[in-house]
Amino acid sequence: MKFVDEFRQPELISRTAEEIRRLAGSQRHYRLMEVCGGHTHAIYRFGLKDILPENIELIHGPGCPVCVLPMGRIDDGLSIAQQPDVIFAAFGDMMRVPGTQGSPLEHKARGMDVRIVYSPSDALKLARLNPEKHVMFFAIGFETTAPSTALTLMRAKAEGIHNFSVFCNHVTIIPAIRAILDSPDMRLDAFIGPGHVSTVIGCRPYEWIAKDQDKPIVVSGFEPLDMLQSIVMLLRQLKAREAKVENQYKRVVPWEGNRAALRAMAEVFQLRPYFEWRGLGFISQSALRLNDKYAAWDAEQRFAVPGIRVTDPKAAQCGEVLKGVLKPHQCKLFGRECTPEHPIGALMVSSEGSCAAYHNYEHRKAAMASSLTSIA
Amino acid sequence: MAHGAGGKASRKLVEGLFAPLLFGSDPGPLGDAAHVHINGNPVAITTDSFVVKPLAFPGGSIGELAVNGTVNDLAVSGARAEALVVTFVLEAGLPTPVLEAEVRALAKAARDAGVRIAGGDTKVVEHGKADQMYVTTTGIGRVLRGVTIDPRSTRVGDKILLSGPIGDHGITILLARGELDLEADLRSDTRSVLSLVETLIHAAGPGVRWMRDPTRGGAATSLNELARDCGLGMVLFEDQIPVRDMVRGACELLGLDPLHIANEGQFLAVVSPEYADAAINALNLAPGGSEAQVIGEVREQPVGTVLVTTRYGGSRIVDMLVGDPLPRIC
Repeated sequence: MKFVDEFRQPELISRTAEEIRRLAGSQRHYRLMEVCGGHTHAIYRFGLKDILPENIELIHGPGCPVCVLPMGRIDDGLSIAQQPDVIFAAFGDMMRVPGTQGSPLEHKARGMDVRIVYSPSDALKLARLNPEKHVMFFAIGFETTAPSTALTLMRAKAEGIHNFSVFCNHVTIIPAIRAILDSPDMRLDAFIGPGHVSTVIGCRPYEWIAKDQDKPIVVSGFEPLDMLQSIVMLLRQLKAREAKVENQYKRVVPWEGNRAALRAMAEVFQLRPYFEWRGLGFISQSALRLNDKYAAWDAEQRFAVPGIRVTDPKAAQCGEVLKGVLKPHQCKLFGRECTPEHPIGALMVSSEGSCAAYHNYEHRKAAMASSLTSIA
Repeated sequence: MAHGAGGKASRKLVEGLFAPLLFGSDPGPLGDAAHVHINGNPVAITTDSFVVKPLAFPGGSIGELAVNGTVNDLAVSGARAEALVVTFVLEAGLPTPVLEAEVRALAKAARDAGVRIAGGDTKVVEHGKADQMYVTTTGIGRVLRGVTIDPRSTRVGDKILLSGPIGDHGITILLARGELDLEADLRSDTRSVLSLVETLIHAAGPGVRWMRDPTRGGAATSLNELARDCGLGMVLFEDQIPVRDMVRGACELLGLDPLHIANEGQFLAVVSPEYADAAINALNLAPGGSEAQVIGEVREQPVGTVLVTTRYGGSRIVDMLVGDPLPRIC
C-alpha cells in the first residue's frame, strides 16, 4: 500500500461524493467544522468543495498552532535570539510569520542567525555542532508535535547539553474546541476531528463533545477519501439523530492514543494556568510550559523576555476567521492589505492558515464563478 | 532573499525596478533571452547566474548548471547557443581541487551541449563574501528558423506540453543540503534541452507559441507568467503531470507542490491543437523525450490564472511562489 494513491482513487471518490449527495438531500443546511488546519488545507488542495453539495458548509476551525499564537509571543522569541551568539531555530512554517519588527526571515536578512529545522532533534544537533553558541528552539504545535519536543528535552538532559533551550508555545486542542462551542455566535452541527493530534491523545478526549454537547465528531485522515468518508459518517449520525465519537483514521489513530508520547509529555511539561490565544482570548489550562525538572532548558527562565502583549491591528479580523465566524474573504483586509506577500496576520502565512489556503487555492475561482454568472 | 527565489517577489523586482530603468517604456513580455539584430542578422543573447549550494550534488554540479542553464534559456527562446562567456567570483580560500572540478564539469557540459566557451573573467573576493563560488554565464546564439515565440500568440484550445518529470532538481538539492533526514535515489535533471527543442520545432514549428524552461519557481511560476502575459487561463490535468514517485513522496512529506520546484533539464511549450499530436510523437521518439506529455490546455477562464483539475472533479488554483518553498510543520 502506498497510502497516497489508494486514498485518491477517482472512482471511489466519485462514489463517495454520490453517497454524500444522497445523504445530504436538499432540505437541510449542514454546518460542519474541521478543527485542524491541515484539514482546511486538504479541502482546498484537493478541491473537495467542488464535489460537495451546496447544502454542506465547511467551517474552518482554530487548529492552526501558528495562527493562534499572538504576535507578542513571536516578538518574545525573536528578542531572545537577538542576544549575541544565539541561534534561533524553528520550523519552516514559522519563518514568514510577522512579529511587530518583522518575521524571522526578515530578522535573518538583518543579520540574526535564524535556521530552519525539520524537527526539534535537528535543533539539538545544531547545539551539539555549535558549542560556543546557544540554540533556542521555538517550539510550536498542538499535541502533535509536543511529544517530539519532550523527547528532545529528555535527550538534552541525559546528554548534559546546556547550550540549548526551548521557547515553548505548545497548545492543547480540547480547550480550543470548548471555546468554539462556548462562543455565542457559533452554530455547528458536527465536527471533523483532528487527525494527527489524535494519534497522540486518542479519541477519548472528544467524548464530552458527543455526550454533553450532543454533536457528532469523526476523527479524520487527510486524504480526499478520508475526509469524504468522514463526512458520510457524520451525515449518517446526524440523520439518525445520534452523537458519538467515531474514528475514520483507524490506520494511524489508536483509540487510546500513544502512551509513550503522553508519558514523555508528562515527564517534561506542565499546563500553564492560562495562555492567550489570538481570537479566542485567554484560555485556562490550554498551553504547556516546561516543568521544574527542565527549568534549565526553558528559554523563558534562562532569558529575560519582554512579555509585551501585542494586539492585532484593529482592522484585521483574524479572531473571527479563526473561530469560523467569518470566512477569510469576508475580512476587510483580505487580498488587499493582507496577502501572502505582506501578511498582516499569521493566518495568511501559515501553511495551515485558512486565509492562506483560501487565497492560494480558491478566491479567484469565486471571482471566476461570479464573472461567468454575470455574463449569463 | 525572496527576491531571488523566482516567484512573485523576483517578478516585482524585475518589473518594478529593473525593467523601467533599463528596458525603456514598453519592452513587451519579458522572455528567457533577448533577440537583437546585428547587421540584419537575428541573434539571441542571455545571461544567468548560478549560486547553488552545495556546489556538487547527485546528477551534476554548478559547472553543468552554468552551461545548461544558459543553453536552455537560448533554446526555449528559439535559438541555438553558439558561444558562452563565463565569469567566476571565487571566495578566497576555495580549495583548488574544488575549482578544478567545476571547470572540468563546465568544459564537459559545453562539449556535450555543442557550445564553445569563448572566454571569461575571474574575480576573488574575501572569505565569507561568496559561498565558495558564484558563476555567471552569458550566451549568444543564432535564432532558429521556423518558429516565432510570442506569449501573446497563445489561443484558447492550445495544448500545454511538458518535456519530462518535474521536481527532480529542486528536491535533489534540498536533500543534498543534508538538513533533512530523508534519503532518496534522486538526481538533478540538468541537461541541455536544445536537441529536444529542435525536434519540437522541426515537427511542429508553425504551431509553437511559447516555450520556457521552468527553473526557480517551478512550472507554476512559468505558467502563471504566461497566463498573465496572454490574459488567458492555463488548465492543467493533475494526473497527466509527470512526477517521479520519489519526488512526489518527498513533496508529500514536506508539504511542497512539485509545480513549485526548480527544474534544470525540462521545458514547457504551448502548441496549437493541430500540431500538438505531431509534437508529442516526435518528442517521445527523440532521445531524452520519452516522458514528454500534454499536461493541460489553454482556456478562456480563469483569466490570468493557472488551475489544476483532478479526475474526480476537484480543482485548485496554483499561484506563483512567494519566496522559497518552505516545508510545513505538521
